[in-house]
Amino acid sequence: MREASSRRLRLPRGEGAGAWLCAGSVALSLLALLALLALLTVRGLGHFWPSPVELVVLEDGRQLAGERIREVPLARGDGVERLYRTGNRDLDGDRWAWVRVAAIEAVSHPVDLVVLERRRWGQAIGRLAAFQAASGERIEGEAAWAALEARLDELTALRDARDRLREEVILPLAARRGDEGLADGELTAAHGRLRELQAAMAGGRLILDTADGDSLSVPLEQVLGARRPNAMSTLDRLAAWGEGVWRFLSEGPRAANTAGGVWPAIFGTVLMVMLMSILVTPFGVLAAIYLNEVAHQGRLTRLVRIAVRNLAGVPSIVYGVFGLGVFVYGIGGRLDRWFFEASLPSPTFGTGGLLWASLTLALLTLPVVIVATEEGLARIPDQQREGALALGATRLEMLSQVVLPMAAPAMLTGVILAVARAAGEVAPLMLVGVAKLAPQVPVDGDFPFLHLERKFMHLGYHIFDAAFHGGDVQAAMPLVYATALLLVLVILVLNLTAIFLRHHLSTRHGALTRR
Amino acid sequence: MPLVKEQRSSPDSAAIIDFPPEASSLAIRGLSLAYGDKPALNDLTLRVPRHRVTAFIGPSGCGKSTLLRVLNRLHDLNDEVVREGEVLLEGEDIHAPEVSVAELRRRVGMVFQSPNPFPMSIHDNVAFGLRLQGGLSKRKRDDIIEWALRSAALWDEVKDRLRASAWSLSGGQQQRLVIARTLAVGPEVLLLDEPASALDPISTLKIEELIRNLKSHLTLVLVTHNMQQAARVSDYTAFLQHGELVEYAPTDTLFTNPRLARTENYITGRMA
Repeated sequence: MREASSRRLRLPRGEGAGAWLCAGSVALSLLALLALLALLTVRGLGHFWPSPVELVVLEDGRQLAGERIREVPLARGDGVERLYRTGNRDLDGDRWAWVRVAAIEAVSHPVDLVVLERRRWGQAIGRLAAFQAASGERIEGEAAWAALEARLDELTALRDARDRLREEVILPLAARRGDEGLADGELTAAHGRLRELQAAMAGGRLILDTADGDSLSVPLEQVLGARRPNAMSTLDRLAAWGEGVWRFLSEGPRAANTAGGVWPAIFGTVLMVMLMSILVTPFGVLAAIYLNEVAHQGRLTRLVRIAVRNLAGVPSIVYGVFGLGVFVYGIGGRLDRWFFEASLPSPTFGTGGLLWASLTLALLTLPVVIVATEEGLARIPDQQREGALALGATRLEMLSQVVLPMAAPAMLTGVILAVARAAGEVAPLMLVGVAKLAPQVPVDGDFPFLHLERKFMHLGYHIFDAAFHGGDVQAAMPLVYATALLLVLVILVLNLTAIFLRHHLSTRHGALTRR
Repeated sequence: MPLVKEQRSSPDSAAIIDFPPEASSLAIRGLSLAYGDKPALNDLTLRVPRHRVTAFIGPSGCGKSTLLRVLNRLHDLNDEVVREGEVLLEGEDIHAPEVSVAELRRRVGMVFQSPNPFPMSIHDNVAFGLRLQGGLSKRKRDDIIEWALRSAALWDEVKDRLRASAWSLSGGQQQRLVIARTLAVGPEVLLLDEPASALDPISTLKIEELIRNLKSHLTLVLVTHNMQQAARVSDYTAFLQHGELVEYAPTDTLFTNPRLARTENYITGRMA
């Protein structure tokens, strides 16, 4: 055992440069892959770590507070410039500050610096001067922080209660209102409760003194969270990091995709890939069966096979154009004229949507599934087929009971490849249904629950949009990394599921013994 | 070799044994077959005796496997095959339009060169043909499965793991499982296409013993490359060459006292 492992690890000696070249290529590929993952992980996940806030005093007496982001050497060797994220965009017009390191007089980490996460304008950084409750009562000093934290917890609970009320009571009631008159009373009562909750959430504000002497008054409903990073223990930071990651995963985007979470994009990606798999698998498998089992193996079949293999190489944007022309404008436009005339000229199916995107990607990945399945079918010895026929099976019985179970692992390989390709495609989606912002996921409680005509968000497109179309690229970059990491993980999970399934199928009867 | 040529153009009918129709299970009359324009069988006429083991021997490409596949109509799948002549099973033409291929294949079972159990459990493999027929209660089916596995001398080895995958069996066990699978549908004729060529000597002996036991109620047709095997298990042996039937005789006679020089040359190994 030991000998075997040491033999495996031994570097090739006396075999010339070839072995080294091959080993080097493997090492380089692995290194590139690891570097990619490491970059995404560090930049993406590091963003959620509550980094300390520095209070910087400059030579000229000005002060600023912010998180240190990075340092860049100045041109002509003039020292180093440091970038701070200072927030307070509503006051300063910018949330970034470049500071020459040489001009810094003092740096401190006061524990009472507060970082606010706001619904609009992004972060605010400063000292909490006062907390004003909804009743008008004003609390100052250290007690203000405790009061603010308590009230924010309360608001979170109220918000949850309101969302639950909306989803579990009001929406189902509203959906039933059409067919039963009875629900009206209940609905009014529920609306009443909703108004009560909203009233309980209203009011209250806090006063923040910024480092450069300004004062900022923030209504509490604008506040998503508040923390004092310098006062946090490592455990607190870990908890805050976990919460940040969770919110990134579970919330919708804010501030033109440069802040907030990516939940609708995760949902859209996974749903689209699943729909695509459901659409492509039967078509691909049936086509492969026809090509390999039924069709006469002549010149025409060979030609079709070559054409299918070549289709796999067509650039994806071409499929996007095809999807736009045929699915969206052609079929979608016709559907609109036949079934949704009432809502014209605003299109229902005549515009990009989940269904058209899934269909386009299914078309894109069809060759992959056909080729993989065909290879699986070709590997099955003819004796298996003849064995079934010799027992009196029809061709259909032979295919469904003997050949397809044996080809199942190969089919799943095809689906794995298709998923990997489809989940990463962005270009065709931009033509056939992806949206910059679609906070409504395509599945909800309204009949028919799955809304195939809706536009949806996609992680790949979200990356593109946040990185290039956001107002503040600097702020969006960490989210771009995090989203990219997430996309990799989503594809990994989808693939692992299929690989697990394939493994399960192929071990059920052991490996196919070939003689 | 002028002698050989002369014999081929007019086969010595005395070298070909015949059986009365009532004692034969299969009758092949004037059977010719070609793959496209490549002839494989040329005007074969012979009868296969009921409840005996008949072996087809001959060099590679002599058409013995092709002949076996005709008896099971496996060539139906191949569009290129051109066939003439007829094959009678118990007096009925197996290619007649009113004959159901599935029914024929249940009456004429076939076992192939390398074991081909299906990707299912041992139990389901034997149940496969029965399920296709349908109409059997689970109890009855299980009885037949046990009987088939016992007939194939496999029951004692697998009775405790009927739900295990058939692919977990050894090669010899797999081949006996395939035989059991074929027996389960109740064939009258069992075609064996080199059933032991992929197996080790011990497994081969078991299969041969099985063949000898099965002839009490089955007509067996064995194609083999192995002349010792043909000599060991068969009652009658037919020697084929270039798609023609050269000599057909009781096995003892054919191996110890062949009538024709071509046969002698082949069985003594003097011919490539």
